[in-house]
This record gives sequence, structure tokens and C-alpha cells, in this order.
Amino acid sequence: MSDTVETTEIADDRKYRSLWGDVWVQFRHHRGAMIGTVVFFTILIAVAIGPWLWTIDPGYANIRVRNQGMSLAHPFGTDQLGRDMLAQVLQGGRVSIAVGLTAMAIALLLGTLIGVLAGYFRWLDGPLMRLTDLFLALPLLPLLLVIIMLFRDTLRGMFGPETGIFILIVFIIGVTSWMQTARIVRGDVLALKEREFILAANSIGTPSKRVILRHIMPNILSPIMVSATLGIATAIITESALSFLGLGFPSDFPTWGRLLFDGTQYISQAPSRVIWPGLAISLTVLSVNFIGDGLRDALDPRIRGR
Amino acid sequence: MKLTHIIAGTLGAALLSTTAMAQERGRDGNVNVIYWQAASILNPYLSGGTKDIDASSMVIEPLARYDENGNMVAVLATEIPTPDNGGVSEDLTSITWKLKEGVTWADGSALTAEDVVFTANYCMDPDGGCQQLSKFGGVESVEALDDLTVKITFDGPKPFPYGPFVGSTTPVIQAAQFANCTGEAAPTCTEQNFGPIGTGPFTVTEFRANDTISLAANENYREAGKPAFATLTFKGGGDAASAARSVLETGEFDYAWNLQIAPEILADMEAKGIGTVLSGFGPLVERIMINLTDPSADLGETRSTVANPHPFMSDMAVRQALSMAIDRPLLVEVGYGKAGKVTCNVLPSPAIYDSPNNAGCEVQDIAGANALLDEAGWELGSDGVRAKDGVRLSILYQTSTNAVRQDFQALIKQWWTEIGIETELKNIDAAVFFGGDQSSPDTFQKLFADLEMYANTFDGTDPEAYMGNWACSEIPSPDNAWLGGNMPRFCDPAYDALIVEMGGTADINERARLAIEMNDMLMQSYTIIPLVHRGNVSARANTLEGVKLNVWDSQLWNVADWSRAN
Repeated sequence: MSDTVETTEIADDRKYRSLWGDVWVQFRHHRGAMIGTVVFFTILIAVAIGPWLWTIDPGYANIRVRNQGMSLAHPFGTDQLGRDMLAQVLQGGRVSIAVGLTAMAIALLLGTLIGVLAGYFRWLDGPLMRLTDLFLALPLLPLLLVIIMLFRDTLRGMFGPETGIFILIVFIIGVTSWMQTARIVRGDVLALKEREFILAANSIGTPSKRVILRHIMPNILSPIMVSATLGIATAIITESALSFLGLGFPSDFPTWGRLLFDGTQYISQAPSRVIWPGLAISLTVLSVNFIGDGLRDALDPRIRGR
Repeated sequence: MKLTHIIAGTLGAALLSTTAMAQERGRDGNVNVIYWQAASILNPYLSGGTKDIDASSMVIEPLARYDENGNMVAVLATEIPTPDNGGVSEDLTSITWKLKEGVTWADGSALTAEDVVFTANYCMDPDGGCQQLSKFGGVESVEALDDLTVKITFDGPKPFPYGPFVGSTTPVIQAAQFANCTGEAAPTCTEQNFGPIGTGPFTVTEFRANDTISLAANENYREAGKPAFATLTFKGGGDAASAARSVLETGEFDYAWNLQIAPEILADMEAKGIGTVLSGFGPLVERIMINLTDPSADLGETRSTVANPHPFMSDMAVRQALSMAIDRPLLVEVGYGKAGKVTCNVLPSPAIYDSPNNAGCEVQDIAGANALLDEAGWELGSDGVRAKDGVRLSILYQTSTNAVRQDFQALIKQWWTEIGIETELKNIDAAVFFGGDQSSPDTFQKLFADLEMYANTFDGTDPEAYMGNWACSEIPSPDNAWLGGNMPRFCDPAYDALIVEMGGTADINERARLAIEMNDMLMQSYTIIPLVHRGNVSARANTLEGVKLNVWDSQLWNVADWSRAN
């Protein structure tokens, strides 16, 4: 990505411009998006390499130092069992962000597939959109609870407790959050289908698959990218909600939502217990939303350059 | 002289009328009670959960119950039958209860001895899956001698004949209402089980399972002017911390039950001055129940049944090592503070039954546990987990969702890691875990895990029925619809023999010896690992009067005497 940036910037002088170069230039002008990007990547790097640098085991209960405030030895303090909060927030971030990214990918794949099929093939439109309506009408949280109750043991047996729950949570968040993407994509495809270049492609006998991949997909990239960023935020929040309810991952497996849940009881004694994981969730979600906002502006050719 | 008489008379009359006014039933409006484990049924014969038993104790009553000091007091009976007053036969094989005259059910019909007889047969029906069957142990027949006299005959001398109909676990239900609900039909009678007609101070107006019960004062309650509250809302759900907060900090509720939360938090809440924390030590013990049978999901129908012994929990060395690795004083400090004591017995109270033989568990011994496992042939693998013949010491440890229990899980997991045992933690919503729902795989009776942690207690002061929980016949299995209290699936003929022997022993010291022997059998085989002797902690609003925390019976035992301070 950065290579492209370098070359496009040089190319700019030579009056040669690429799509992504233009997008990047526009994106850089969006202050919120830039701050969001910096914050998000800082968090990503922190949780990715943090546990290597901050080597305290997040699960180790050092009972002699429980309920401590912020100090040099424990920058974020310790919890009621003497577990280091910084280590837990870093470790928890790995899970929360992994859940966010993976669930987003699933939702995006499903949403785009269904949206494009519904928009392009008239005979699939009705059934697929009713399916979308059906999913939209389902109450998410009760559904999640039922699915977790039904499949937790099976998946636990197949993949072990942590991976099993991870797959389950990612899967259910993914399959219950593709609907918005599907609707947006369908709308865009419907509009694009009647445009001249598509008609031209059809008239020379281009097969549907090729029309979709070659002509339609690049033009609906903008809404897809935006819903991708929003999807990450939704997935992190849904996982937090599940952990907050005491479901989801095992109790000794830190995620941001779980840390927040455990901390609420101590909110008056040790506010830092909820501030740090709460801040991490808020910052991630906010920064990702800003990135999405910036991307939408940058990818829209009618706004670009203004 | 005359004048003074008149004045005194008027004054007296005025005084009388004001007291009569003040004593009017339902004068204090509504009272809110929160049990963070919601009640799912109001029939204690079909549920072992304390929350269900306590909730139903406001509606249906036994013949006698225990007061806050552990003494028996008559409720529906005129007095407690004893050998001295002739109520208990000289050969100790029968007990005769006399019912109070004029007691009516909430629907206005009279309570008769036939209702008591019906209740006994209801519970003793072999197809009924009665949860309180152990209370009826040794009962040969229950018969009505006349409308107000019931004679319970035992199959042998019964030195402690106060099992049936004493305490909130065995209340009298109305024969007319439950007539069609005997045997296999018992769990299907939703209307009856959710809204029993009782003799207690309150009647059910609306029952929402696992949520809220609305109750109203029983207009036919036998004591005039009671209860003081016209309505009672019994809210369930949430967790211990929010329940404590709702009484001690926000004042939304008047009484909160079982506040198992970190001691420092509770102290902070009480400092707000709205409510008071109550505590008392009964026989409540937080314990780990080891599953002696194989919980593997591959076994299908025979999962967690005696058909398949556990691959490694059946080795006593493993169980002993699990117990030795635990630092109990630390658990008390972290989880309970003053509301807990270290115990090495599953029966620590009343004091006469407390075994002195197991004190060794008070000190953590990681090195000893490691040595024990080495000796038993469990070799430490490269992944830090011990194994023998391809069987890895990897356990699933389940409990209900509760902050203190999750802290215990985390600490105990760490200690077990130090002795080379891998632990996976699982927590289940308390309403499900203790709910007894046949269709749920997560109930504590099914025990689809290697071990589980919870607390249990018994009502009253006599441990016979409680110790009877670990008889072979009490093992939960699909055959008895997963009912029964023997969670470890412990089965030892010698233990069963002791139960029988205790059933025939009258002398209190001899009974204590037997109870201690039974306790020691369970402790020394490490079938049950006791952790903490817990005090019952509850909270009441400062405006609520008449609350007496009872550790020997339902906490709502004297709800008829509760009133609002002016």
C-alpha cells in the first residue's frame, strides 16, 4: 500500500493518476479519518506485539498484589485476584479484534454475494430479499443465546474450548450482520445494471459472471468498503455484549467485553477496571467508524477533489 | 371515681381501636423481595433449588418449621410431638401430629388431615420423581386418624421423626388441587405447580417462571392482622451484586437474598446507610463435587451415569491431589471475608456433627500433591500436563455464573496447573444451572463435566436427610429423570449401611458419631472437596422490620411478621 502511495505521489507530478492514488489523496484530507487510522493501527500494533513486550501472563493471579491502582509495575493496576490489567487488556484486544475482523469478513462475503445475486438476477431478487428481511426481523441476542446453548458443546469437543467458542461467535455474528451490506449492494447493483457500459457489455455477449466481476464489482467497492469498517465495529460490540452477559468465552479468557463485565462490580472501588477496557472498545469502534467515513468520501468520485 | 373509670374506659377503647387499626391486614402496601436466582416453580417437591423452596414457603406451609435459633416451632400443628407429650410412640416407630383447628386454605376450604396424607403419597409416589423423597425415608404409612390428626408410621424406630412436614422443603399441598397431578403427571401440572393454593400468608396472583412472582395477602390467613403487606413482589434474575445494590444503594428493593459478592464491595455498599447486611452461619458449604462417572459426550445416553466410571477421577490419588493443591484460607479471604470460614468437612454445622478428623486440608500442599501424583504414575508431559496410559489429566470445571465463583475458578485453576492438571472453566447462568430443566444439558444434576462447584445446605438441624443425599439410590440418571442429590455418583454399601444405622439410632451422641463417620467417608475418599463454610448473607432495607435471618429454614419463614417501619 505504502509503495503505491510513493509511486503515485511521484506520478502525480507527471500528471499520471491512478484510482487508489486519488483515493489516498482525498483520504488524507479527511482529518478524522487520518486520526482514526493512526489510532486504529496503534491499537492493532499494540495488541499484536504488546504481549511479547509486556511479558506478564494475563492469567497469572499474583494474590499478594490484588486490587492495586496504577503503578510502574502494573501501569493499568491489577484486578481482584492480582492479575495484571495491562496484560489482560492487550491479550483481550487480540481476541476482540480478531473476532471483529473475522466476523466482518464473513458478513461482507455473505452480504456482497447475496446483494449482487439479488440485484443482478431478477428471479433471485424476491426470494433473497425476503430472506434478508427474515434475518433482519430476527432478534439477535436471544438467537445468539439459543445457538450458543445448542452448539457450544459440539464445537468445544471438536476444536477445544477457545477455538470452538471463537468459531461459534465469529460465525453467528457473521451470519447475523450481513443484511445491511446485502441491501446496500443490491441497490447499487440495480442502478448500475441499467448503465450504458453494462448494457454494452451485455450486448457483445459477455457472460454474467464476467460482467459481475469485471464491471459491477469495482463500481460497488465503495459501499462494500464502508460497510466493512462499520461491520468491524458492530462485531466487536456484539462480542462485548455477549461477554458482558457472561456468555461467550470461558471466564478466564480475557476479552474487552469480559474485562468490562468483571470490572463493573468494582466500578466504585477501582474505576480504572472499567475505564481501560471501555476506552479500548470505544477508541477502536470510533476510529474504525472514522476510517469508514473517510473511505466513503474518498471513494465517491463526485465528492473527490472537493 | 366514676369519671376516671369512664376516662380510662374511653382511653382504653380508643387505644384498642388504634391498635386494631394498626393491626389491619395489608396496611403497609407493597414489599419488594429480590432473589437473584429466579424461582422457576412453586412446588418444592419438584425442585431442589433453594430459591424455589423459599418462594413457595410464603404460600404453602409445613406442620412445623425451624426458627432463627434452630428450634422447632409448630405452624399448622398445635404443638411439636415428642415422646414426653405422647406425640411420638414409645418404640419410636410413629409420630402423631395434631392440626390446628379452623385453619383454611386460601380458597376458603378447611385444611384436613387428608391433605397431609395426600401430600405424603404425592411425594412417595415412585413415578413422581419427588425431590424431597429423602425426607420421607423410612416412612411406611401416613394415615388420617380423624380430620385433624395424622399418624406417620415408620418401618422401624425413627429417633428423629421430624423429616416429613418439618421445614419448608416439605409443606402440605392441597389434595383437591393436586388430585390429578400424582405420579408421572406431577411435572405436567403447570397451573398447580405455578400457583399452589396454600395456607401461608400470601397467595400467588401472577407467576412468571424465571422472572417475577406477584403475591397478595391471603385473606383467609389464620392470624388476624397478618401479613402487614397487602402485596409482595418476588423478583428474580440478575446477579448478586445488582441485587445487593438494589437494596443497599438504590433502595428499590426491601430484601435481597444470598449476596455472594466480594466482601469489600458489600462493606462499601452498606456504608451508604440505606440497608443492613445480615449474616448467619448455617450448614452452608461451598464445595466441589467430583464426577466419578465419565461425562464424555460420545457416550450418548449413558453420559455421566454409573455405567461408565470416570477415566481418571476414579483414581483416588488424583482426587486427593486436587484437594491438597487448594489454599482454602486464601479462598475465604478473597471471596467471603467475615462471611466465610475454612472447612474440611461437608457437614461443619451444627457443632456436634463437625468432624475433627480432616483438619489437614487447611494447609495448601502443592509439593505433596505433586509427589502423590508422581507416585500414582501420572507422568508430567512436555505440555505440562500429567498423563498415564494416554489419559491426560484435563478437566472441565463448571459452576454457576457468579463473580466470586469465577474468582475461585481462576485461582483453583492456577493451583491445579501447578500440579500438572489442565483445567477448562465453564460457567452457566444460575437459573439454568440450578433450574433442574430436563431438556437442558447444563444442570448441576446432569453434571456433564468432570467436576462442579456450588454450595448446598439443609434445613433444620438434623443432618440425616442431608447425609442421605449420597446414598446409591440418590444418583441422578435418566431413569429417575435426573433427580436426586448424589452429584458425585458416589456409591458405597458401607455408606448406605451407615444411613440405615443412623435411621435407627436415637441417642444424639451416637447419631453425631455416625454423621461424622459418614462425613469422613466422603472426605477421605475425596469424593466431595469442601472449600468454604459460608455464612448466609442477605440484606434488608432499614425500613423493613421483623426480618430474622434464618439459616435453618427458608429465609422467608416469618414473612407474615414483616412490616414497614414508620
